[in-house]
Amino acid sequence: MTSATIDPAIFAELKDTAGADFVCELVATFADEEAPQMLAELRDALAAGSADRFRRAAHSLKSNAMTFGALPLGELSRTLELGGLPADDTPLDALQAELERAIQALKALSHG
Amino acid sequence: MAESGARLLVADDNKVNRLLLGRSLEVLGHRVAMAENGRVALEMLRRESFDLLLLDMEMPEMSGFQVLEQMVADQRLRDLPVIVTSSLEGAAHVARCIELGADDYLPKPVNPVLLKARINSSLEKKRLRDQQKELVRRFATSEVAEDLQRSGFALGGKRIHGTVMFCDIRGFTSITEAQSPEETIELLNTFYTLMFDAITGAGGVVNQMVGDGLMSIFGAPLPLADACGSAVRAAREMIELIEMLNVERQAGGRMPLKIGIGIATGSMIAGYTGTHSRATYTCIGDAVNLAARLEGYTKEAGRPILIDADTAAGLDTGQSLEALGAVQLKGKAATVDVFAVSV
Repeated sequence: MTSATIDPAIFAELKDTAGADFVCELVATFADEEAPQMLAELRDALAAGSADRFRRAAHSLKSNAMTFGALPLGELSRTLELGGLPADDTPLDALQAELERAIQALKALSHG
Repeated sequence: MAESGARLLVADDNKVNRLLLGRSLEVLGHRVAMAENGRVALEMLRRESFDLLLLDMEMPEMSGFQVLEQMVADQRLRDLPVIVTSSLEGAAHVARCIELGADDYLPKPVNPVLLKARINSSLEKKRLRDQQKELVRRFATSEVAEDLQRSGFALGGKRIHGTVMFCDIRGFTSITEAQSPEETIELLNTFYTLMFDAITGAGGVVNQMVGDGLMSIFGAPLPLADACGSAVRAAREMIELIEMLNVERQAGGRMPLKIGIGIATGSMIAGYTGTHSRATYTCIGDAVNLAARLEGYTKEAGRPILIDADTAAGLDTGQSLEALGAVQLKGKAATVDVFAVSV
């Protein structure tokens, strides 16, 4: 069984403690500024062969994914964080697809 | 809600984490400042005053580990509570944070209930620590308090070269008989305030107050470039201050105060003596006894400030001294060369 893109309980709790309006802004910050940067950093780090930068960017993305309850995205990021530099960017394409799914779901949830 | 909002610093390179943590803390009633990496955080900590730091570990420019290392080495920052917030993998990282002085560790995403509890607990610990520091400051001296903080408490001492001063009110018994105990307490408080000002102003440390007398040290716990000159300068100012006080006392129809000051210089052991539960910072050595004897001898000599030959030798030329010759002091086997400082 695959888990939901966004864990509804985690997201509801986030809204509860930080406030719905604030979470809406937070999702926008993540979706429009931070996530694209982290993805770009992962691709750059891989191209440059920098394992440390790669690990750090994956770590950062994992941390945000967990905050929003995006558990599959968090799990993918964690695998990248701990796995060292991948041989090619196939895992990054999979990550990007999951990220796009998560962002779509987050935007829908935060406006709902 | 915290009854009184604290000022907190959040250091995290990840904007989403930073904003969210900042928001959670504001909801708890705290004031929050933010830093996007360790270097900026450290700069802010050194420039402004904070009650607590929430520190991420993985940061560019300067990591959380480096921030912790720098804080331990910084006298002013080492007591600031730090809660590490991180999603680092592995218990070894957490252990290292705690070893480096972090008070607590909160895994990300930060649970708001845990956050509140840990922040309150850390702030309470800081409040107790501040209170304790304040107590030590009041009952010791800031120098001894800092020395204690820096090197911890241990009985025993180290050998130093310094100058010791004893000061005592002459004829204190007849003064106490001539006035009420309340007036005597007030007089003592005024006396101590004036003497402390003169002594600490010249770089000395008052380390004992006994009845109407006090002992102070120049050159310990911290070394002093011109211990002899500083002690004599303090002594002169003490006499001047007492004369000013006497003008006031005599205008009010009260007896004038007279003090005697003895100063000696030499090698001594400075440190804590007593027991582990009650100890005092003091100096032990020949110069200490000699200073006390010289102070006692001021009455017979009819001079308010007496110093020994080593102190006299340590003074700049041009100081107005009067050699009183070799004197047989009470409790001393050999005679001692005594000098009077003109006032």
